[in-house]
Amino acid sequence: MQYLWRTPGSRTAPEEASPIGPPPLEIRGLTVAYHRRPVLWNVDYAAPSGGLIAVVGPNGAGKSTLIKACLGLVPIVSGTVEVFGRPIARQRRLIGYVPQRESVDWDFPVSALDVVAMGRYGKIGWFRPVTRAHKEAALHALERVGMADFAKRQIGQLSGGQQQRVFLARALAQEAQLYFMDEPFAGVDAATERAVLQVLRDLDAAGRTVICVHHDLQTVSDYFDHALLLNTRVVAQGPVGRVMTPDLLSRTYGGRPMPAPAAAEAS
Amino acid sequence: MIATTIEEALRILTFQSGFNSAVVVAGTAALGLAGGTVGTFLLLRRRALVSDALSHATLPGIAVAFLVGAALGLPERSLPLLLAGAVASGVVGLLTVQALSRFTRLTEDSAIGAVLSVFFGLGVVLLSVIQNLELGGQAGLKTFILGQTAAMAQGEAIAIGLLAAGAALAVALLFKELRVLAFDPGFAAVQGWPVGALDLVLMGLATFVTVIGLQTVGLILVVALLIIPPAAARFWTDRLPALTVAAAVIGALSGWLGATLSALLPKLPAGAVIVLVAGGFFLLSFLFAPARGLVAAALRQGRLRLSFAERRALTDLLDGRPVEGPLALWLRLRGHTRNGALTPAGQAAARAAARDRRLWERFLADYPALLPAHANWGVDPIDSVLPGDMVRLLEERSASS
Repeated sequence: MQYLWRTPGSRTAPEEASPIGPPPLEIRGLTVAYHRRPVLWNVDYAAPSGGLIAVVGPNGAGKSTLIKACLGLVPIVSGTVEVFGRPIARQRRLIGYVPQRESVDWDFPVSALDVVAMGRYGKIGWFRPVTRAHKEAALHALERVGMADFAKRQIGQLSGGQQQRVFLARALAQEAQLYFMDEPFAGVDAATERAVLQVLRDLDAAGRTVICVHHDLQTVSDYFDHALLLNTRVVAQGPVGRVMTPDLLSRTYGGRPMPAPAAAEAS
Repeated sequence: MIATTIEEALRILTFQSGFNSAVVVAGTAALGLAGGTVGTFLLLRRRALVSDALSHATLPGIAVAFLVGAALGLPERSLPLLLAGAVASGVVGLLTVQALSRFTRLTEDSAIGAVLSVFFGLGVVLLSVIQNLELGGQAGLKTFILGQTAAMAQGEAIAIGLLAAGAALAVALLFKELRVLAFDPGFAAVQGWPVGALDLVLMGLATFVTVIGLQTVGLILVVALLIIPPAAARFWTDRLPALTVAAAVIGALSGWLGATLSALLPKLPAGAVIVLVAGGFFLLSFLFAPARGLVAAALRQGRLRLSFAERRALTDLLDGRPVEGPLALWLRLRGHTRNGALTPAGQAAARAAARDRRLWERFLADYPALLPAHANWGVDPIDSVLPGDMVRLLEERSASS
């Protein structure tokens, strides 16, 4: 059916969400607590369709927790999360995930290609082995991050930046519509930084939405289109030109122990 | 005497010592195979100690099941009933560990320690109570603690073999699912794999191996069948399929050799003998495995140091600085020097070493960003690591500077 709608030469890929469809990610009234202490408070957010979105905020602001709550990895106290208009449990195939590099044991007995092939497991399904076609898709994803030469290498023998690129390739192998990335630029070498940025731009060009926890304020405006300033609650959201202002940033980073009245009203 | 013992051992090892002992040995080997296979994933999922709590927690269940059997008036101890009791209390122990570590601030290792000792203590108390009752068949209960292959009946050995094969087959079927579960459970959950259920399956398989191993190896040591084979296999390979197979093979060999030995030494507890054999495999792997073993690592390190020292000494000689001590002897043995002077072959080697060092230093200075892509930069000869045009470029740059 979709091909009937597509005019020749159209720049819109057939699988791309229509501009008037539900947003890639919609969070309403999200509150998350670890033991009785809230780490996210009444977060409302609707991600624009297509584009690179940075989640920015100080340490302990709940940036990673926001991503994990969206993905269903930490229990939610209240609120809802929808991906393209439906609960996440029914949209798993549309989601790609790059966890923090420190979250796994890199001495694990697998090769880079094995890890990237894990991105295909959702498509392969129960009990079936990883076929040649899926291995080739994984190898292609490794090529896209400049790591094809390292496919057979045990992951512990890779440098930190190379490990980060393996994680990114695994997410690419998922062929998702909406990507969540937890600090993909943290502690990487220059070559990896360029590779990650190139992948983000490719995804953006293909109409995908990428939500990235990002720690480096210097590069937010260069790398991303939108930003979500977070400190337990949403301080500001929107195009980087509008929200990456000294005033909003100091409200995000400054007023944590005792917020100024103006900041408290902003949400 | 020794000759007849060896003869007997060979007969048992080759399954020629009567049908019954052949079946027992094969059953124990199958148990080891299942232990190695399931254990590989337990180890990678960091659940090895949980299965120790599980096996110790089976004892009160065995004792209660025995009492129930006696109360029901069963004529002799019924193995299925005892094993059902073992499963029940093992699972209760497991759930207690999980509840303690999830709902309290206790860390998992303290929860494991508490559950393991309390359940085992309860089991020992119940066993002492049973010993003092006027019933038959109590004596057999003690074999569950330290294990006894001789107690295995033919039918039991065959059942163990079939069940163990089933456990190994389940791991083979779920290979991909267990791999992603053990490596990155968060990613697995995002992809929609039921992580909790897969963990349950894994612990279920561990329970399975534990319970079928209770009689042979005993509940104190059965966890070794799950841990030692994969830990030993880890020294041999960095690939998960090879690791699983190697762990299965080491487990099966331990069961096979251990059951044979314990048939020869009936006074020793079978479980301990089997575990010691597995421990022997671990020690051999730890020392001599080529991939990650201690000796191989020391050799690699030694070769690297020697190669650096040799190249440094050669360039020293080339620059007219004398080389003394064992290194001078080494260069003479290698044919690089005669009477303290470089031979023609030594000259060539020294020039190559000097060139390698000069070009590697140029590379390090000019292209630091390319270093991570070349694993053995600076160690191997530059022509064998870098492409020819890059080497020529470095030659030009180092000549002009």
